[in-house]
Amino acid sequence: MATLHFLANPARFRRFSARVLPALSVVTALAVAVGLVWALAIAPPDYQQGETVRIMFIHVPAATIAMGGYVLLAVLGASLLVWRHPLAALMARATAPVGATFTAVGLITGSLWGRPMWGTWWVWDARLTSFLLLFFLFLGHIALSNAYDDSERGDKSASILAVVGAINVPIIKFSVDWWNTLHQPASIMKLGGPSIHPTLLYPLLWMMATFALLFVVLVLLRTDTEIDRRRLEAAEAAA
Amino acid sequence: MTAFAALFRRDLRLVLRRPGDVVVVLAFFVVATTLFPLGIGPESNLLARIAGGVLWAAALFAALLSLERLFASDYEDGALDLLLLAPGALELAVLAKCASHWIVTGLPLALLAPLLGVAFGLDGQSLAAVALTLLVGTPTLSLIGGLAAALTLGARKSGALLALLALPLCVPTVIFGTGAIEAIATGEGFGVHLAILAALALMALATLPWGIAAALRLAGE
Amino acid sequence: MSYAVFIWSAYGATAVALGGLVLMSLLARRNVRRELSERGLERKR
Repeated sequence: MATLHFLANPARFRRFSARVLPALSVVTALAVAVGLVWALAIAPPDYQQGETVRIMFIHVPAATIAMGGYVLLAVLGASLLVWRHPLAALMARATAPVGATFTAVGLITGSLWGRPMWGTWWVWDARLTSFLLLFFLFLGHIALSNAYDDSERGDKSASILAVVGAINVPIIKFSVDWWNTLHQPASIMKLGGPSIHPTLLYPLLWMMATFALLFVVLVLLRTDTEIDRRRLEAAEAAA
Repeated sequence: MTAFAALFRRDLRLVLRRPGDVVVVLAFFVVATTLFPLGIGPESNLLARIAGGVLWAAALFAALLSLERLFASDYEDGALDLLLLAPGALELAVLAKCASHWIVTGLPLALLAPLLGVAFGLDGQSLAAVALTLLVGTPTLSLIGGLAAALTLGARKSGALLALLALPLCVPTVIFGTGAIEAIATGEGFGVHLAILAALALMALATLPWGIAAALRLAGE
Repeated sequence: MSYAVFIWSAYGATAVALGGLVLMSLLARRNVRRELSERGLERKR
């Protein structure tokens, strides 16, 4: 929270991102390169899932970061509503498309994993379904923030939506789980949580960190752009 | 509280003066439900199985259709500005508007649904479940839709946007509403489902008026 | 080894989606900056 307060001032954020972004981008690119080699070549195939376990290395991190992205969106929304941080609005605008893309990646890779494992592209599995709903929540946020000619109105409306949405995400999750047990899923993904073998766990953790880095880089980059865009809008309004 | 009652009565009177608006929503509900047997075929076992889902989905769409106008006319004719300036909690005013919306859409939908259920070949207990779950569940839809309506007030393409915002949030209500009817088919009662629907409604009642009021204040700025 | 197609398409789709997002973010930044400088609002570092 302290860092968020520190960065609440756009000018200060600007200096911060100018200093951090280049180095962070290089680190991310290196992490991606290492992670790809590790996930595709070095990590051994799983004894149950075979080679398809390699999809896990992108599927699970994308899904985790996507959920984290929605939490961030809600925190930003709350800080815009409560503390009126000018930067929170811009950062939320930057975050939503990134979160939506990570959610889409989670869904696509999940589907491509499901085809060889379950025999279908899509099952109404509880996790897949709640992820689809998360994707819709992101889309709604993006659409609402762009629905007004007055960007500030869009920012604030979207922040209310993000907060209400975040309260509802656990309820949605709970209800989808309930619904799923009612319908008897075709098959349940068995990927033992802590029992996962270290040769698979370490590359997974690495990819998790890599995706997190990429998320941060993208959000910083896009926030920077949003600051400029807001200045452009102000100049256009003045002209 | 008197302000609440006055607003509630005003909204009801506005609707009763033009009952056509309510009739259109109910007609939509009936027509949308009728399309399913036409699309799927008249096989009665299948129809009885999908009836709960069809009725709930159609009720949700019907409620959303009518919600677009919930605050829009007040917004356009300036009544909303007066509401914002009026003394007393805006949250209560919001509640009054949502309550009157429910009286003129949710309640008739819940009463109409069992009649349509008969056409789908539902048995007595399932018909009761359809009516009761809609009765308990539609207030949640009115409140969630009210939030979406307030958020999209004055937005471009607000109708489609309203649906996009409201539908994911309505999912839990729809799941437990249709789940109740399915639970009867498997021999369990639907008491648990009804209790969860009531819990969802209470939760919406306790939180959403604040969100709606905040959204309306934005619209009034 | 028939699984290879799924693995490659998963990685390919991810690369397209995330790479596309990076590319679009960079393009958006360049466009906004250019418009700013056209208005003589170039920011000072």
